[in-house]
Amino acid sequence: MQTFQYTKAASIDKALGAASGAKFIAGGTTLVDLMKLSVEKPSGLVDINLLPLDKVETLPNGGLRIGAMVRNSDLAWNAEVQKNYAVLSQALLSGASPQLRNMATTGGNLLQRTRCVYFREPSAGTPGGYGCNKRTPGSGCAAMEGFNRMHAVLGTSDKCIATHPSDMCVAMAALEATIQTEGPKGKRTIAFADFHKVPGDTPHLENALEPGELVTYVDLPKPVEGAKSVYLKLRDRASYEFALASCAVVAKVEGGRIRYARVAMGGVGTKPWRSHEAEAALMGKAANAETFRHAAEAALKDAKPHGENAFKVELAKRCVVRTLKMATA
Amino acid sequence: MAASQIPQGANIIGAAVPRIDGPLKTTGTARYSLDRDFPNLAHAVAVQATIGKGRIRSLDASAAEKMPGVLAVLYHGKLKDVYRTFPRQQDGSMAETRPPFDDEKIYYWGQYVAAVVAETLEQARAAAQAIRIEYDAEAPDVRTDLGAGFEGKRESSWKRGDPDEALKAAAVVIDETYSTPVETHNPMEMHGTVAVWEGENVTLYDSSQGVVGHRTTMAEVLGVPRENVRTISRFIGSGFGGKLSPWPQATLAAAAARQVGRPVKLSVDRRMMFTGVGHRPRTQQRIRLGATADGKLTAIRHDFYTETSQLDDFVEHCGEQTPFIYSCPNLEVTTALVRRNVGTPAPMRGPGAVPGLFALESAIDELAVKLKMDPLELRYKNDAERDEGKNLPFSSRHLKECYQTGAEKIGWKDRTPAVGSMRRNGKVIGWGVAGASWAAARVPCTATFEFCTNGRVCVRCATQDIGTGTYTLFAQVAHEKTGVPLDRIDVFLGDTNLPDGPTSGGSMVTSAILPATAGAVSQATQRLLNIAAMTPESPFHGSHPDSLTVAEGRIVAKQGQPQVVGAAYHGSADVSAKGLPFEEVLRMANLSSVMGSGRNVPSFEDPKAKQYSLHSFGAHFAEVEWDAEIARLRVSRIFSIFDAGRIINKKAGANQILGAAIMGLGMSLMEETVYEPHTGQPINGSFADYLVPVCADLPDLDVTFLDYPDLIVNEYGARGIGEIGMAGVAPAIASAVYHATGVRVRELPIRIEDLLKSTVREA
Ligand SMILES: Cc1cc2nc3c(=O)[nH]c(=O)nc-3n(C[C@H](O)[C@H](O)[C@H](O)COP(=O)(O)OP(=O)(O)OC[C@H]3O[C@@H](n4cnc5c(N)ncnc54)[C@H](O)[C@@H]3O)c2cc1C
Repeated sequence: MQTFQYTKAASIDKALGAASGAKFIAGGTTLVDLMKLSVEKPSGLVDINLLPLDKVETLPNGGLRIGAMVRNSDLAWNAEVQKNYAVLSQALLSGASPQLRNMATTGGNLLQRTRCVYFREPSAGTPGGYGCNKRTPGSGCAAMEGFNRMHAVLGTSDKCIATHPSDMCVAMAALEATIQTEGPKGKRTIAFADFHKVPGDTPHLENALEPGELVTYVDLPKPVEGAKSVYLKLRDRASYEFALASCAVVAKVEGGRIRYARVAMGGVGTKPWRSHEAEAALMGKAANAETFRHAAEAALKDAKPHGENAFKVELAKRCVVRTLKMATA
Repeated sequence: MAASQIPQGANIIGAAVPRIDGPLKTTGTARYSLDRDFPNLAHAVAVQATIGKGRIRSLDASAAEKMPGVLAVLYHGKLKDVYRTFPRQQDGSMAETRPPFDDEKIYYWGQYVAAVVAETLEQARAAAQAIRIEYDAEAPDVRTDLGAGFEGKRESSWKRGDPDEALKAAAVVIDETYSTPVETHNPMEMHGTVAVWEGENVTLYDSSQGVVGHRTTMAEVLGVPRENVRTISRFIGSGFGGKLSPWPQATLAAAAARQVGRPVKLSVDRRMMFTGVGHRPRTQQRIRLGATADGKLTAIRHDFYTETSQLDDFVEHCGEQTPFIYSCPNLEVTTALVRRNVGTPAPMRGPGAVPGLFALESAIDELAVKLKMDPLELRYKNDAERDEGKNLPFSSRHLKECYQTGAEKIGWKDRTPAVGSMRRNGKVIGWGVAGASWAAARVPCTATFEFCTNGRVCVRCATQDIGTGTYTLFAQVAHEKTGVPLDRIDVFLGDTNLPDGPTSGGSMVTSAILPATAGAVSQATQRLLNIAAMTPESPFHGSHPDSLTVAEGRIVAKQGQPQVVGAAYHGSADVSAKGLPFEEVLRMANLSSVMGSGRNVPSFEDPKAKQYSLHSFGAHFAEVEWDAEIARLRVSRIFSIFDAGRIINKKAGANQILGAAIMGLGMSLMEETVYEPHTGQPINGSFADYLVPVCADLPDLDVTFLDYPDLIVNEYGARGIGEIGMAGVAPAIASAVYHATGVRVRELPIRIEDLLKSTVREA
């Protein structure tokens, strides 16, 4: 671990004024780990726990505004979220442990980094260490030919196959959330789909944030009337483990036909994976097993396994089918 | 349980007695090795090799040496006066026999290559990171196929009849290979040593499952007389076999402390737990069974590979149970030791039996399927009346009753054998069964017992409580024999200054300490009664000691014995009715205490015990729930029925079986240490990536003890139960998985990718 400066920001302006090379620290459940592993070496930490971003409020348009500092457990148990955005509550509660969720924040969860064992190895990307293009661009990717059972099959590149680990983000992708930020250059709104980046040739660039830019809120649109939403997570043990495959669905059935469908997947993509292909395969079709299997096939059409993770393709399909069944039952 | 509810007197043996050390642990006041602090304590941090094979080309410590607080940087050539121990010595040896930094070769990833001693832990860690090491790396061999490239010799450990001919002639044959992965012990308390020298003497606070062997070994390693070393391990956050012998970190701490002339603390962190402190080695076992068409076994061949390090010959004896668990005229067990670039393995809960019975019991289940026979019927048909391996009668074997009891509990008669044929609440369910066995013995033990003038009694023994309830067992015997209440009994363990006691391994502590403690109490009591009868001030003066006894902590006349009352008796009706507290008699005699000692004759020196095969037995019945569409498997129930002699403490006993069943669940479905194919690093070496069961994974667990005393093992009829509970869990679960899914998994752990192959569809 390196030495660093610690400051506690009393206001958003103060937080934004922090020196470059510094990082915001919210719950610290990802960042402190990564600092101990020498993956993150910030010169300073700006503690944002005092910022007035800890509320969940209804927006004039009927949507919901979630402060970046709202804890994962508070968000999961929020009555409004449980009623209108069940998929989000379920996704949050399927993640980590109660203790972690009590600390983890909405903003921190959005920005959590991959659990790739090579990426998290202290010496990765250094001479003599494992290749990791996320840690040091150009150093290679040890996971390609290594222990890659947990790795992604969608959105990968020949530079990186690291999975985006978040459950919350999968639900937000299906809910078509938008992200509000404030940075040295002012405020902006980023569509959820544009926030996380696929690795391509630049796996070290993981999201749309500019240096020093702060996530202030996540906005959810007005709930879709008559729709039902579900999150399903499949994993190696019953709790306290990341997804091998997960699925978030928001769907509405009328007269036996699917009138609205949003499908996103976790555990299989290099980012929270919204599947427009699956949605297209569902729209207007009869809500039955055959349709669901078609949608699942469409969702995994471009999947690219790397040896040990080949099973994820079939597992993800089954996960999609079951989640669709649950959301349309 | 409130103290008042614990059965009193002799009934305390066999009762469910809460741990006497429980409050210390739940209040955080029990001091573990690394909780020890000393004035002037320095901290050591070890540096590990980052290659799996090769040698150190250069090591540059110049920057590290200049860093703040650094007292010493140690590496090859800088560690003074450490010696190799003679391997496989009776009373312990170094688990990894090569002394740390002995040469510049790298034998496995994570091998210690340097250590820094500094004023603070942070300074030591910072300096450790500043050491620059360059390696000439070679490709390590961490292949999981243990047959690959094997050129060594296969040794026959058991043979009877002609198994090869019998296999040729058999009506039905099973020939399958089963593998178990490397598993890491991962007790909650990690390894660590605090070494404190005073002149020529050293005290080692280490988390050890065997302080006596630890002391002997460390004396050899440090080149000092045995009496100069004291090992203390009062509380242990378990070991599971990983702490039976000292590991190199103990050497580093002790030698570093001698070199810097200060107490040194060195801890092994969770990541290091996966490298230089042992693991259950990988096994690959080919089982061939031959049987008649109606299910009588005619041949068993058990040929296995077991992995070890480059440095030591550790053998996982997978075939130990094979010769006696079934009756079969033709049999052979052979072993092949395979070297890989991994750390030296260690016994892990139920070594040999746990992987061995996964293979054998899975094969038996496969034979039952092939014969279209109920797996219990097949087992009854081949039940062994005597140990056909050693050709001896069993001291006490009730395996069949274990099966019958379990069958009753789970409702086995309703089992339909076809794959995927049983359903409940929209899920497919599967049932599987497997047997277990583990050796019993009475190992040497000495203990002392003391009546003290402050009204307390003390038991002392240099064994240790690794979290299993050993403290409480001693107290139970003391209470049983004297009636002194538990809160006036002090038990001292885990210190080599105490009389030599056994290593906490092989499930052999209970059967050893009971007779030794009973002997010590009996001798002390005899002396106390003599004193009562001989001391002029005692009201019992003039009595025959044989007419007296100790009950409820008081000296009383035995029932029906004349109330002889000495001159000092001034007519107190109380004394004749209730006797006198022992401490009053001690005071009358001006004695601070009276002590007795006991030692047991080990079973291997006992002519009677030598005429028997001593083993515990048991069975697990597992139920799995299978959600076919999403390949989600949950173990929903496990019934464990054990014939482990008389159970001395029902609570601690059940606790052992419950924990072992959960560990077996982890072995079945989750645990595997994965070595990175290119570097040899245990790449999932953290609790984030090496999965063990969490509470949500736990099935309903139901433990039954048959409770038949085995009086050949000791006068209490007790055998041990620490390890046997883990044997048989994995084959029971694997058989249940087959029953539900039709997928036979022969390589643990059973994973979702295996289950995706099932053709069983929605319930
Ligand atoms: C053992 C373990 C198991 C876990 N299991 C799961 C799981 O099953 N599913 C799952 O989804 N997650 C899981 N997690 C991850 C967990 O959800 C994240 O650690 C948590 O959400 C991060 O939130 P935080 O507030 O603690 O973030 P921090 O650690 O404080 O920050 C994380 C990152 O976000 C940045 N950041 C934080 N807030 C802002 C902001 N407002 N604006 C800009 N940048 C910001 C920080 O600079 C840092 O880079 C697990 C974590 C652990 C340790």
